[in-house]
Amino acid sequence: MRHIISILMENEAGALSRVAGLFSARGYNIESLTVAPTNDPSLSRMTLVTTGTDEILEQITKQLNKLIDVVKLQDMTEGEHIEREMMLLKVRVADTEARDEVKRLTDIFRGHIVDVTETIFTIELTGASDKLDAFIDSVDRFPILEVVRSGTIGISRGEKTLSI
Amino acid sequence: MELTGAEIFVNCLRDEGVEYVFGYPGGAVLHIYDALYKQEDVKHVLVRHEQAATHAADGYARSTGRPGVALVTSGPGATNAVTGIATAYMDSIPLIVITGQVPTSLIGNDAFQEVDSVGITRPCVKHNFLVKDVRDLAVTMKKAFYVATTGRPGPVVIDIPKDVTAERCEYHYPEKVEMRSYNPVLKGNARQIRKAVELLLSARRPMIYTGGGVILDNASQPLTELTRRLGFPITNTLMGLGAYPATDRQFVGMLGMHGTYEANLAMHNCDVLLAVGARFDDRVTGNVEKFCPMAKIIHVDVDPASISKNVKVDIPIVGSVANVLTELLEQLDAADGEVDREALDVWWKQIEEWRSMDCLKYDRSSDVIKPQYVVEKLYEVTGGDAFITSDVGQHQMWAAQYYKFDKPRRWINSGGLGTMGFGMPAAMGVQLAHPDATVACITGEGSIQMCIQELSTIRQYGLPLKIICLNNGYLGMVRQWQEFFYQGRYAMSYMESLPDFVKLAESYGAMGMHIDKPGDVEAALKEAMQVRDRAVFLNFVTDSEENVYPMIPAGAGQNEMILV
Ligand SMILES: Cc1ncc(C[n+]2csc(CCOP(=O)(O)OP(=O)(O)O)c2C)c(N)n1
Repeated sequence: MRHIISILMENEAGALSRVAGLFSARGYNIESLTVAPTNDPSLSRMTLVTTGTDEILEQITKQLNKLIDVVKLQDMTEGEHIEREMMLLKVRVADTEARDEVKRLTDIFRGHIVDVTETIFTIELTGASDKLDAFIDSVDRFPILEVVRSGTIGISRGEKTLSI
Repeated sequence: MELTGAEIFVNCLRDEGVEYVFGYPGGAVLHIYDALYKQEDVKHVLVRHEQAATHAADGYARSTGRPGVALVTSGPGATNAVTGIATAYMDSIPLIVITGQVPTSLIGNDAFQEVDSVGITRPCVKHNFLVKDVRDLAVTMKKAFYVATTGRPGPVVIDIPKDVTAERCEYHYPEKVEMRSYNPVLKGNARQIRKAVELLLSARRPMIYTGGGVILDNASQPLTELTRRLGFPITNTLMGLGAYPATDRQFVGMLGMHGTYEANLAMHNCDVLLAVGARFDDRVTGNVEKFCPMAKIIHVDVDPASISKNVKVDIPIVGSVANVLTELLEQLDAADGEVDREALDVWWKQIEEWRSMDCLKYDRSSDVIKPQYVVEKLYEVTGGDAFITSDVGQHQMWAAQYYKFDKPRRWINSGGLGTMGFGMPAAMGVQLAHPDATVACITGEGSIQMCIQELSTIRQYGLPLKIICLNNGYLGMVRQWQEFFYQGRYAMSYMESLPDFVKLAESYGAMGMHIDKPGDVEAALKEAMQVRDRAVFLNFVTDSEENVYPMIPAGAGQNEMILV
């Protein structure tokens, strides 16, 4: 199953490589990984998407907790949460018909066209990862030149927080 | 007063109560060596190879329970130390390893003798630090000792660039440190402990299985008390030997790949298993699918990640082993029920039947020296009270099987990583920590050559070690696997061109002895024990094709042992 794990860690040099090293050394999957400082500059928040059985997930969270730099972590998938990923996608739109169609799809998916040339649209889209997948599928009949995705971030709903 | 980083470093060691630093100098640590030179609180032991510095510090730590300290230079100094760091990591030994680093301005430039020590050691340390500012040095040192020695212990590396050791600042060594990201759980959950007591009292075929965690946490006393109080059979892992007296009736021997018939069968047939400070390593469990098929399992460990990693357990208890065992005893006294003595008697009858197989028997009438015989005699001659280190191979298993350890911290070996070359340097650390004790290193002619240069260190410090070389002319453990699993194709397991160990030892100022008759074994050992002013190298020419029995082949179940 797919899990989103949010990790608060000391904002120290090397913290990221400890997590990455742990995953490669123990053979765990990483689907995506993002990291940036929080409002408290001494803390970084990392969001990691991984897959595995319950046993593997239990080991992953235990091993992450064991890293000295990890302050706290939470498996978002265990509760109600919001997940988002951002994508920038460049597509070739050769004629008016293509432009209209891509514009229409972008609107349906609540994306924005953030850059336009005579033949190219650059589209910004935010949402859960499967929404981004769906958008890629739907514009797929036009030549997609480039896709960049931020990786998933997540936050739990309501009172529950991951903070210290 | 402002001190240099090097002086601060040495003061930290002093204030931490460090007695010995094992190390080897080089460009990046010259300021530190200069500071060491100017004081007398911290003694430096000069090894001959950085691997030995880490093993010696490790031996010191294992035999005393205090952290061992090693100091090496940047680049090759650091890479040479890696084997010792990984060895300590696998066995959870508290070690502080300081690696010199090129000046901060050169880091990343492929400078002379630069390696990314923090990167290279990351997967085999509990934690590591790069100190970029002299003002962080003292607090980093404090954190390093704190992290290395608490919770599940382990090695910590501190990488210190040369310029940091020259810069100056005020010295203040913090009394204690707090780390919001590191707070090991030490007290076991009372409800879980109560459930454990209930399960233990319901057992009909109980078994206690304990590992290195009991030794690391100095928990032998509550373990022994609990075991006696319950009357249950107990087995120790290779890392856990000595936690419970081996000469006691309730001890059924070591378990695992080369464990006793009775220990492995008792494990296989038990209905309740109390696992303490052990990690269900593959050399212990054999095939996990077939491991303790009938047992409900209680697992006590300070490291939550060790619980249900290899084998799913029924009652996990996270906490310091000593705390939890003490609490188990208390709750046991307060409990209503009692152990089912009748069922236990039946169980013990069964175990005694297995024990009567005498699985460790060997040919005592042989006219070549049997390696087992040497270990038995060593046990007798030392009154069972020596510190025994070992290398890795058959000799290690025979040492574990035939030297009956009654006390913790007497058996010192590389169980997790299985590092050949560990034994003799580790023995140096043990002997320095216990100058009056008998310290013997049981080794093979293969392993001893991996750190043989340390005979020079041993000479320099006048260490009266007894090196018990069980010389079978083969990389015996490799040869045994080739005999069993590769139809006797002995690829590269024969040791040709061995040195004359007696002459070699003598050239290093040690006493050399060559023993090739069973009748001479005891006298030679006795003679060696009398020597206190230098080391003795005893080269025992042993049966070249002896195998270690019993053996559970890799991947087999605990009840699928090969006996003699
Ligand atoms: C550094 C290292 N290299 C290789 C091995 C693999 N290995 C395990 S036991 C063994 C043979 C050891 O031979 P020896 O020291 O003569 O002991 P014996 O088994 O004959 O008692 C080898 C090569 C190891 N454990 N460590």
